Amino acid sequence: MLFKIAWRNIWRNKRRSLITLASVAFALFFAIIMRSMQLGTYDQAYSSVINATTGYMQWQGEGFWDKQSLERSFSPDSLTWQQIEQDESVEALLPRLESFALLASDNSDTKPGFLKGIQAPLESKYFKLDEKLLEGSLPSASNNGVMLASGLAENLKIKLGDTLVIIGQGYHGMSANGKYPVVGIADLKNPIANKSTVYLNLQELQYLTGAYNQLTAAVVVPTDPKDLYALKNQLQSYTDTTATDLMTWQEMMPELIEAMEADSAGGLAILFILYLVIGFGIFGTILMLTAERKPEYGILLSIGMSRGRMALSTFMETAFLSLLGIASGSFLALPIAMYYHYNPIELAGDMDAMMEDYGMEPLLPFSLDSSIWLTHGSIMLIISLILSLYSIITIYRLNPVKAMRR
Amino acid sequence: MSVIETQNLSRVYQDGDSEIHAVDKIDLSVEAGEFTAIIGPSGSGKTTLLNLIGGLDNPTSGTVTVEGKPIHQLKDNELINFRLQHIGFVFQAYNLIPVLSARENVEFIMLLQGQSKQERESRAKELLQAVGLEQQMHKRPSELSGGQQQRVAVARALASKPSFVLADEPTANLDSKSTEDLLDIMHKLNKEEGITFLFSTHDQRVIDRAERLIYVEDGKIKSDEKQ
Repeated sequence: MLFKIAWRNIWRNKRRSLITLASVAFALFFAIIMRSMQLGTYDQAYSSVINATTGYMQWQGEGFWDKQSLERSFSPDSLTWQQIEQDESVEALLPRLESFALLASDNSDTKPGFLKGIQAPLESKYFKLDEKLLEGSLPSASNNGVMLASGLAENLKIKLGDTLVIIGQGYHGMSANGKYPVVGIADLKNPIANKSTVYLNLQELQYLTGAYNQLTAAVVVPTDPKDLYALKNQLQSYTDTTATDLMTWQEMMPELIEAMEADSAGGLAILFILYLVIGFGIFGTILMLTAERKPEYGILLSIGMSRGRMALSTFMETAFLSLLGIASGSFLALPIAMYYHYNPIELAGDMDAMMEDYGMEPLLPFSLDSSIWLTHGSIMLIISLILSLYSIITIYRLNPVKAMRR
Repeated sequence: MSVIETQNLSRVYQDGDSEIHAVDKIDLSVEAGEFTAIIGPSGSGKTTLLNLIGGLDNPTSGTVTVEGKPIHQLKDNELINFRLQHIGFVFQAYNLIPVLSARENVEFIMLLQGQSKQERESRAKELLQAVGLEQQMHKRPSELSGGQQQRVAVARALASKPSFVLADEPTANLDSKSTEDLLDIMHKLNKEEGITFLFSTHDQRVIDRAERLIYVEDGKIKSDEKQ
């Protein structure tokens, strides 16, 4: 019956309850939409950068990340390659050789470029490289050509079938010069990578630079990318780490995380203000409700209802009201978040340019991570329940005679 | 045997520098089965005396003993439980729970006592029948007249099978017909089931039906006679 009383009490003043419910629902709706957009954008940015650059985690030659040079490449023999690949937490291990060079074509000035020697089938399988292909094919041992990022191809004014000239420095002071046919052009979904990357077959780049059987990275594809630090410790436990470093993407690109965290903090500050405003709204309702009910609390105390039961009933009433608001806000936000998750907002103009500067795709996809709903629903519920303490304290301090006299 | 006994009972309120002796050294004894009215002008201390007997207020000095238990010594939660088990209350303003139906209001007190659903339902029906409201048992207080609400309040007060019922000006808001009906019901319950009633009132119609009249003025008992 306590449940029944609490539920029916909500509807004693329908208008007030509906306004409170709507304010909770609105706050949650706004919070979810905002966080869904923010976190979705971050996920997109992370995945764009991770996929186009380092992967989630990679083995590198010792000190390579601080000074990215072929001189700090490593031999795959220094890794227990097979054992790492067989680890249940590892989906695959992808060899890469990366270097820098000057690029030239018939039709343009020389441009700096980032050479990436890869095994195309593996990159396609785990990083969907084939899906990024706009025209032509991926570099392979058979075609012995290069695949250019679309922005770079545009800057070099080079087309499929044209020849790319590479002038660079190889391993141990060798020169690394070569002419390659452009066999493919790809949109790498990452503005910075799109302006600089040239893909070659791994063996071809090793040949070009004279870094035979050398790698600059062995990219670890984890089965679950959520807990990379645990995976890192696990992998390091059975690998000799004197010649190699194992780095997560967070360690390689801390500035990316810092930028996202700074942006996120701004969003959270806005949400804090929103929760504060809504919290005062809810408190107003609880204040009025408590003042109105004092005589009734006095009667209930007189006839023998314990203060604990009365407090529980009041607590349930606030919880029901909040939960109704939370459910409404959550359900309202869901279709909108779903729509923009599958149809991300495409930015244009200055925003587009700004996103590109950060190396991200100018897209705002919404996140459907259930933790957003859970976190903000819980915050709203906790705020309401903390505020209901006012009624509970009033009940515990109530003098029945004085309360009934009102 | 005395159901209620007070000795040297006083309640003093502080009003600035002065003291108000709302109840002043009252000795009173109420036997089981009495139908007693405490009468007196407004501000004479009737309600304060009733509140002290009902354990709603704490005496400044003196003792209140209900069924042999000195309730003035009980702690807050013990008093609440004591009221639940031993005392029925009828208030001037009916004071039913607005979100519960007549039957649920009567059942509620039995629920607090921990009685089974079956027990609660059958006793609530029985009591509402006794106060002539079996047809209105599913209505909420707002759908009942003042007289009907007060009858529900009487049924609620009796639901816990109390040692006695305290009724603070129960007819103050009722018309003549409702007052007569209510008094008939309470009188009948008193006679047939031996329930002890203690009223505070200045309603002549109640005074006429009471079997013992205690006249209170300035917090003191001025007269106490059976009629």
